[in-house]
Amino acid sequence: MEAVNVNQFSQGPVRVHVVQSDTYKTNTLVLHIRAPLTQEEHTKRALLPHVLQSGSKDYPSRQQIRQSLDDLYGATLSGDVNKKGEYHLISFKLEVANERYLKDETPLLEKAFQMMTSVVTNPLLEDGKFKDSVVKSEKRNLKQRIASVYDDKIRYANMRLNEEMCKEEPYGLFVYGDEQALEEITPQGLFEYYQKVMKEDKMDLYVVGDVDVDQVKEFVKNHLQLEERIGQQTSQQPSSQTQRDIEENVVFEEQDLKQGKLHLGYRTNVTYQDDDYFALQLFNGLYGGFSHSKLFLNVREKASLAYYAASRVESHKGLLMVMSGIETANYEQAVKIIREQMEAMKSGDFTNDQVEQTKSVLKNQLLETMDAPRGLVELMYHNELGDKARNLDEWIPNIDSVTKNDIVNVAKKVELDTIYFLKGTEGASDE
Amino acid sequence: MNKQTFDQLKETLYHEKLNNGLDVYVLPKAGFNKTFATFTTKYGSIDNDFIPLGEKEAVKVPDGIAHFLEHKLFEDEEGDVFQLFSKQGASANAFTSFTRTAYLFSSTANVRDNLTTLMDFVQKPYFTEESVEKEKGIIGQEIKMYDDNPDWRGYFGLISNLYEYHPVKIDIAGTIESINEVTKDLLYTCYETFYHPNNMSLFIVGNVDAEEIMTLVRENQSSKEFPEPERVQRFFDAEPAEVAKAEQKIPMNVKTGKCLVGFKDRSPDRQGEDLLRHELAINILLEMVFGQSSKNYETLYQEGLIDDTFSFDYSGELGFGFSVIGGDTSEPERLAQRIKEMVDVFVKSDLDEAAVESIRKKKIGFFLRSLNSPEYIANQFTRYQFNEMNLFDVIPTLESLTMENLKEAMAEHFKTDTQFSKCLVTPKDET
Repeated sequence: MEAVNVNQFSQGPVRVHVVQSDTYKTNTLVLHIRAPLTQEEHTKRALLPHVLQSGSKDYPSRQQIRQSLDDLYGATLSGDVNKKGEYHLISFKLEVANERYLKDETPLLEKAFQMMTSVVTNPLLEDGKFKDSVVKSEKRNLKQRIASVYDDKIRYANMRLNEEMCKEEPYGLFVYGDEQALEEITPQGLFEYYQKVMKEDKMDLYVVGDVDVDQVKEFVKNHLQLEERIGQQTSQQPSSQTQRDIEENVVFEEQDLKQGKLHLGYRTNVTYQDDDYFALQLFNGLYGGFSHSKLFLNVREKASLAYYAASRVESHKGLLMVMSGIETANYEQAVKIIREQMEAMKSGDFTNDQVEQTKSVLKNQLLETMDAPRGLVELMYHNELGDKARNLDEWIPNIDSVTKNDIVNVAKKVELDTIYFLKGTEGASDE
Repeated sequence: MNKQTFDQLKETLYHEKLNNGLDVYVLPKAGFNKTFATFTTKYGSIDNDFIPLGEKEAVKVPDGIAHFLEHKLFEDEEGDVFQLFSKQGASANAFTSFTRTAYLFSSTANVRDNLTTLMDFVQKPYFTEESVEKEKGIIGQEIKMYDDNPDWRGYFGLISNLYEYHPVKIDIAGTIESINEVTKDLLYTCYETFYHPNNMSLFIVGNVDAEEIMTLVRENQSSKEFPEPERVQRFFDAEPAEVAKAEQKIPMNVKTGKCLVGFKDRSPDRQGEDLLRHELAINILLEMVFGQSSKNYETLYQEGLIDDTFSFDYSGELGFGFSVIGGDTSEPERLAQRIKEMVDVFVKSDLDEAAVESIRKKKIGFFLRSLNSPEYIANQFTRYQFNEMNLFDVIPTLESLTMENLKEAMAEHFKTDTQFSKCLVTPKDET
């Protein structure tokens, strides 16, 4: 692994992280803007990046923004929201070709800076608020995006599991907001919310590519001018876990479907901040993260019940989610196998060889993630989200040092919270 | 070993055709952690009627058998090949398309072992009656998962409107009924016919030494025996130039409708440079009519007919070629009508040269960005090579496309009277 060369500095309220690398033929900018996820604001927050991308003062329409991007050799700009732990992130990403590989030597990076900052900090206004027509059409768009989750049954089941499992926690809120709250948003209200975001939210800008740090400093200074924050920033970390006695909750729902979706939510009681975070990653790899995992081998290969049976970890909320698509009639059998495999993990029913195997796959996955600019940024951003400084080169030694015993200890902390089953109507009464 | 350099892109490609007919390519990439390799056979879902190796009569095999074979090759006498890869720190995968089946791994360590494993497992079939039966359960769930997916249903619905006889209209995984007809013996027949090295290609991209890799591959291949290569004979029924069906509606359990429209190529017999010029021209034209920076996109967006799921794509191989345009919409019928009208206006008007230049730039930038991705390079290179074209000719060809070329392609492809069809997915309870 090559050492990752990171330079960090602050410009106003923005923390800038520059990663120099000549591996890529493009330069990538990622701006993460984060605030706690709340019932009052999550829908506005989901709408905001789309309104901003519909026009800025310098590029007063969606079409003008897109044309300017095309002229920058097809630079891509995207803005969307994401849920990480109990933070609600607005993220803008811009990727542009490095002019060194082009015949034409336009200074693309500076133009890209200008473009992104214009969209984020210099919005198109009308009578001191967002434009009515823009807000109206973006509300319609978001409404459709919320509705379309229902149409993708894997995503729908994930959303429903989160909702059921985290009813009383912000994490249970849907990342795109809710339809009811959307109806009530006005251009004025949204603009006030935007001003609050610019004044209060935490901002991290990542620049990855074959770039010069001094030049980046210059670009940031010239283009990303935001008011210095007065006083200490409120960086309160949203509560990651609600400690409570867990009683298993089972939720059934039925729809006209060919395949049932079985999703299980566990509380791991471990997050990125904890020392046993790496043991949790190995636990997940052995349990359901990879194609040599217990879930893949037992649900798919041995019982041939499913095409996919996998688990994944939410690092900042400390949840583990299992998902599988099965024949509705096989519900009991599938749940039984999934539970048995969890018990096997808790009782240490796996070999040291399997631990080693999982370590090598996990390290491989990590190194591959670092090969992509956006992947690298995602990994680095864990430190900000978890408020925990951990260098990228500590990850591999940390993975290496996990023992079988550590994994069993983590397994013992994992508790089943909710089983969600979206039953299909087809095949429900066979067997 | 042949060496080809692409100065502007700063890439060097090594190639050798081995005695057994296998084409081997190595593209060294310094700075990457990852090495990615694909072992691909020119055999996909459309190859269902052919003369088996060493025989005289053609056979027809069940739909979905190429994909079934892909699943089954991962099983070895000693067990599951995924296990071996993960012990060596690699992640392995495979996919089947209309015309290809590719096996791949990516790893950041043990490249030599992983490459050997890749060549060995693909070249050592092991099928038993029992394991074939068990796979039917797994693939059955894969088919049902796609059956519930409105995007997939809409896409295949559209292709089956466009084609009357060509097997491109058949779902890649087949149906529950067709996969039930798959037997161990049929799998061997397909395997022996299509997995001859002469019908295959191996591509390795990553932080590797070309000479060393080529030696490893040569030695591995010369240690195995293969029958004399024969050109595979495949049969396709004559396909009318015009679309089979102008429209279809698929009612599904969804909240948002979908509209997909498509254009069928009249003469899909191009290969080599002709095909490359044709597909690049169609891609530029699609971008001009419906790209995010086009007037039409802006109009449809403002009319509330599209959202950011709206997209388009062109697929062309020997024997079939079509473009697909569409996305989520609350008014599928009206969107189809509007797209048709916009295309009619587009073909009648002059091409805007400034817009062509801007899109040319955008496509060049997209291509450069894609070269960051070893996956893209390996997968696309093989597709190009099977169609007698070269991936690294994309930029010069984009630069050399003339307005005349574009006008010809426009007149031929975008014919709304005979080559156009629409497929609408509608919410079931509305009808």
